[in-house]
Amino acid sequence: MRKIKETIIEKLILASGLASIFFVVLIFLFLIKEGLAVFQSVTPGAFLFGKSWYPISEPAQLGILPLILGSLLVTLGAAVISIPIGVGAAIYIAEIAPARIKDILKSGIELLAAIPSVVLGFIGMVTLVPLVKSLFHLPTGLTALSGSIMLAFMAMPTIVSIAEDALYSIPKNYKEGALALGATHWQAIWRVMLPAASSGILAAIMLGIGRVIGETMAVMMITGNAAVIPQSILVPVRTLTATIAAEMGEAVVGSEHYFALFAVGIVLFVISFGINVTADLFLHEKQSK
Amino acid sequence: MRNPYRSQKIAYAFLLLSTLLIVVPVGMIVVIIIQKGLPAMNWQFLSDIPRQGMRAGGIFPAIVGTLYLVTGAISFALPIGLLAAIYLSEYSRDNLLTRIIKLAIVNLAGVPSVVYGLFGLALFVIFFGFGASILSGSLTLGIMILPVIITTSREALESVPASFREVSLSLGASKWQTIRHIVLPNALPGILTGTILGLGRAAGETAPILFTVAAFYLPQLPDSIMDQVMALPYHLYVISTQVPNVDEKIRYGTALVLLAMVLFMNLIAIIIRHKFRKRKKW
Amino acid sequence: MVNDTSTRTIKFGVKDLSIWFGNVPALKHVSLDIRSNMILSVIGPSNSGKTTFLRMLNRMNELNQNSRIEGEVTLEGDDIKNVDVEILRKRVGMVFALPLPLPLSIFDNVAYGVRMHGLKDKRVLREKVEVSLKEAYLWEEVKDRLGESAFKLSGGQQQRLCIARTLAVEPEVILFDEPCSGLDPISTAKVEDAMVELKQKYTVVLVTNNVKQAARVGDLTAFFLGGELIEIDKTDKMFTAPGDKRTDGYIRGKFG
Repeated sequence: MRKIKETIIEKLILASGLASIFFVVLIFLFLIKEGLAVFQSVTPGAFLFGKSWYPISEPAQLGILPLILGSLLVTLGAAVISIPIGVGAAIYIAEIAPARIKDILKSGIELLAAIPSVVLGFIGMVTLVPLVKSLFHLPTGLTALSGSIMLAFMAMPTIVSIAEDALYSIPKNYKEGALALGATHWQAIWRVMLPAASSGILAAIMLGIGRVIGETMAVMMITGNAAVIPQSILVPVRTLTATIAAEMGEAVVGSEHYFALFAVGIVLFVISFGINVTADLFLHEKQSK
Repeated sequence: MRNPYRSQKIAYAFLLLSTLLIVVPVGMIVVIIIQKGLPAMNWQFLSDIPRQGMRAGGIFPAIVGTLYLVTGAISFALPIGLLAAIYLSEYSRDNLLTRIIKLAIVNLAGVPSVVYGLFGLALFVIFFGFGASILSGSLTLGIMILPVIITTSREALESVPASFREVSLSLGASKWQTIRHIVLPNALPGILTGTILGLGRAAGETAPILFTVAAFYLPQLPDSIMDQVMALPYHLYVISTQVPNVDEKIRYGTALVLLAMVLFMNLIAIIIRHKFRKRKKW
Repeated sequence: MVNDTSTRTIKFGVKDLSIWFGNVPALKHVSLDIRSNMILSVIGPSNSGKTTFLRMLNRMNELNQNSRIEGEVTLEGDDIKNVDVEILRKRVGMVFALPLPLPLSIFDNVAYGVRMHGLKDKRVLREKVEVSLKEAYLWEEVKDRLGESAFKLSGGQQQRLCIARTLAVEPEVILFDEPCSGLDPISTAKVEDAMVELKQKYTVVLVTNNVKQAARVGDLTAFFLGGELIEIDKTDKMFTAPGDKRTDGYIRGKFG
């Protein structure tokens, strides 16, 4: 009797273990199921590289290049801001901060990770957006730059915590060896620790960027949502994620527009899949070394 | 010649500055929301329905809706997540299948939240015919927080010393008995922490509920899990961007309630973790 | 070869037993018999395979995913591979090198195995706990504090608690894996007394790093080196006239 019960439980455990694979596949299948239909009305090339996104005009124009470029621009901006600051903060927390301050700083960064993105978007709207507007004398502060700054901020917890882990997991004798040879602490960090932690830091950066590309609400609230190919970082842009979030509510189920939004979802899924697999490889490489 | 100590000073100044650039704004955000949101706090705001096109009244339906969604998400994700964590920590072997499962979890954690929204729409709302409902939204959020629960629970299970398992098995206990009576009780605080972090995550997310459950304006409470509900994060989005001329106080007040809810859950998680560390007996 | 002991029944029969962890052999072609109601001491330097040998007898090596086993172990004639592993481990108890109480109360530690084997009756449980604690010479010290955490006991008390916990499931054989390695001389003496007492009822296999301990308590002694069984004989003979010069060297402290 007990044996039967245990066999059932162990079967359930195995099934749950496989659930993650099942869900990833399921997500992909349903995106495909709903999204591929768009290619009956537009070729993949025209979809990915078409310069106009007018999904509800007659006939609909379903080129997502402006959206891809919008995501790319905002992400690039966020990366430029968040990589040096995030890695810098990780070094400070891992190597320099005294133990007590270290705990406070880590809690602060955990706190940031916990704030819902819609709250950050709201705060960005009322603080950052007016600031950008007046600083650059723009007609609107809802720009790619505002989005980049906000997203850089949101990528920080990921970058800092993973990079700090990478630095922390370097064997102590690496640093001590360098210090024993007369290097300053900073030289030891720069010449020995950073290279030794490089694959972990790279993974941190990639996962941070993954977070940025996938972020939806904050970016929708502060980038202005103009689906045109951006000419500078000081104009409104629209990202892939914001497009789905903003338009799916109005798209008629089974319409071209609906299919197209799912196809955008496929693009996002593939990008995040690529980033996560690559980052995982970097992290794995670190372990096997 | 460059002075290595001067470059060290410059480098440290930069590193400190970087850290402050992250931590100071975090503090400011919290302070601003509390400062500007507190004046909105009163019993009516928390217990009344939104009135005058959401420009007055309270946010009660949104609070209730979020509580329903969070409860639904966790009752789906906790059993599966915990069992999956048990599989990884106690049963899996170091082979290709395990590697693929781990990769799937990493990917599940990385899928953009709005893609979860699409998925929920396609599978639960349309394919299963649940419509936009608490059920659809809870399941979507549940799958989304699965990686959080699996990862933290697995860490908690793996932190239970292997020697406890050996002792239990050496006494003739079965593997499941060992897990049930020795491993799980000792991993419970860690599992609880993970669960609460998952709750906080589910409470704050907007994109996955946009097309699966969230109602723009619905001044009554749901009757069943097949009804739509308002939800706090979506409500904040709506009154911030979709409804003109909403009193700033109401926006900040809503943000404060949402933030307080999420941070409160995180605080509980931190307290549990801290207490447990102190009490650890081995 | 061992006249006055060979009349006792064979408990364990080990035939041509080898085990690898990954590609590393830990035991090579070991064959010996273990007879009931005796103490067999297993000695040898570290990495000689003696603990691995011990863990073969209750199939604990199978917990290591990379292990590969050849040869045969029989318990009263039955191949242990064919015995339900939970029943095997109930019949063949084990006491580990370090005191390893479970994070439970003193009472629950002793009752744990019994409960796992399905006993629920509170009165019977109390009886079994008391009897086992008495057998392990611990009852007098803990009878008024059975509800306290087992971690509050001293190291020696914890190890005797672990013995009581093993006894409670009423095994036929008890495996001791260097049970005194973490204990002071006084606690060691108490544990040794318990072991000598135990052989009246049980078959005891003792792995030890302490040659003198083997000489004190063992009826038979087996010497392992590099995963091989060098020799097995009556303890008196082993310590006075060993058959192999490597045994002699080890006993005299030339290596190991």
